Amino acid sequence: MSLRPDLAIIAANVAAGSRVLDVGCGDGALMAALRDTRQVDARGLELDAGDVAEAVGRGLSVVQGDADTDLADYPDNSFDYAILSQTLQTTRHPDVVLENLLRIGKHAFVSFPNFAHWRVRASLLFGGRMPVTRLLPVAWYATPNIHHVTVDDFRALVAERGITIEGSWFLSGDQRCGSAMANLFAEHAVFLLRR
Amino acid sequence: MNRGACARNDAGMSDDPRYGTGRSVTLPGPLRLDGGVLLSPVDIGYETYGKLAPDGGNAILVCHALTGDQHVASEHPRTGKPGWWTRMVGPGKPIDTDRYFVICSNVLGSCLGSSGPATINPATGKPWGMSFPVITIRDMVRAQAMLLDHLGVEKLFAVVGGSMGGMQALSWAATFPERVASAVVIASAARHSAQNIAFHEVGRQAVMADPKWRGGDYYEDNDPPVAGLAVARMAAHITYLSEAGLTAKFGRKLQSRPEKPDGAKTFGFDADFQVESYLRHQGLAFVDRFDANSYLYITRALDYFDLAEEHGGLLANAFKGKDTRFCVVSFDTDWLYPTSESRSVVHALNAAGARASFVELKSPFGHDAFLLESPELDRVVRGFLEAGKA
Repeated sequence: MSLRPDLAIIAANVAAGSRVLDVGCGDGALMAALRDTRQVDARGLELDAGDVAEAVGRGLSVVQGDADTDLADYPDNSFDYAILSQTLQTTRHPDVVLENLLRIGKHAFVSFPNFAHWRVRASLLFGGRMPVTRLLPVAWYATPNIHHVTVDDFRALVAERGITIEGSWFLSGDQRCGSAMANLFAEHAVFLLRR
Repeated sequence: MNRGACARNDAGMSDDPRYGTGRSVTLPGPLRLDGGVLLSPVDIGYETYGKLAPDGGNAILVCHALTGDQHVASEHPRTGKPGWWTRMVGPGKPIDTDRYFVICSNVLGSCLGSSGPATINPATGKPWGMSFPVITIRDMVRAQAMLLDHLGVEKLFAVVGGSMGGMQALSWAATFPERVASAVVIASAARHSAQNIAFHEVGRQAVMADPKWRGGDYYEDNDPPVAGLAVARMAAHITYLSEAGLTAKFGRKLQSRPEKPDGAKTFGFDADFQVESYLRHQGLAFVDRFDANSYLYITRALDYFDLAEEHGGLLANAFKGKDTRFCVVSFDTDWLYPTSESRSVVHALNAAGARASFVELKSPFGHDAFLLESPELDRVVRGFLEAGKA
């Protein structure tokens, strides 16, 4: 089973044998990969009960809960990495969630779809409608994405909060692309952060 | 009382008389109870299913709820009904008796072969009645630990329980962490709330208000306070269901009568509504199989349960620095032990850094959901146990 490209990047950059909290872990695909290939002690947090049941059924330790309300329960520095993939834009308070990730984990991986990708811009500019694209496939009224974010927005937030960027990866389709024009050409961004 | 004489060995395993269904044992004790009393001897009624692995690593203790018993997957000797959790425990079931050695014992204070108010006090030769010492959930767990010693089980692969059984599972992990590899806690809580205590007090008062209760000394005349106990059961039974479940099952439907098949109000106090008739039936069926004093003692044990209190007021302390894996499950319509109670357990487990899983499952059936068909629960329990084999 192959991992989603952003998860593959995260999996490749997590230190073997570390402790990881995967926030919004879905059915536990990344956790299972980390456990099986890198001997990682992984824990998960997931909103959807069906996904939690699936993940527990694979033998993973996953707690049903909400990143917006339940991260506060986790003690400081209790994990080497806190991971938030494709979930930041669905939270009510992304900045608070981000602060919590960096409080709980020594490092945090955050991945999100870039709302400033040229296709999104073109769609809005010429179509005049909220874009429905490969990474944003749902109509405006049904999308779980309530805080759309761009690569530059995210960079500005981490700069403002004094957060250190330890690494960044950008994806167009399934291909890596450069950092310089990422705000225009990346469909997807992965950041490794620390306080 | 030692009921070992009636023990059968139908588990299809070794000839060791300790293993099989319908077992009982009298252990010398003494068992030091939380209330300070030394209980001796200690009778325990229990059953085992499946085969204990040569390395002893496949033992699962199933803990029963308030009015449950050791007949988890075998016919109840008094009612003739199938075991209370046959959908979970048995060959090929999530708790697979082809692979695991499953133990279920009647809790201390109960009335199906374990020491309780209905058993004989060796000092007087008469039933204990209300002179039986008040017990706690932890006392039940200590008695189970003594049983495990007797059965030659050093460490449990898992302890599993719903409702009061879940409290025993939590108490096991807190009291004997080195003897429990994993704990499954279903539809349960780490303490009894004011509302839980209040409902139990209604039940106890109903028993004690029955003139036949006579301070608990009703055994010799064989004339127990069945009316009071039935009312207690009726009140409790409501807490096991959900409003939506009751509405779906009964609504305001009336009992059908020979002259009025669709039912009619009698303008009297017969059980006009189907829900009344159902509750009366539940009450009456219960008194045939349960002892009123046991009901008082076990509800008391539940009310006293507060795992945080036993650990300096901080629930996380109960789980700190221990290796046990936890799986906590709640049901969305359970208002007896609601999801919020399970969440506080999970909160504490996270704070303690324990390996914990938690899921709230959907069911229309309220607290009783844990006993009913639930493919999601099966999947979670099976997967969680499976993962512990590695």
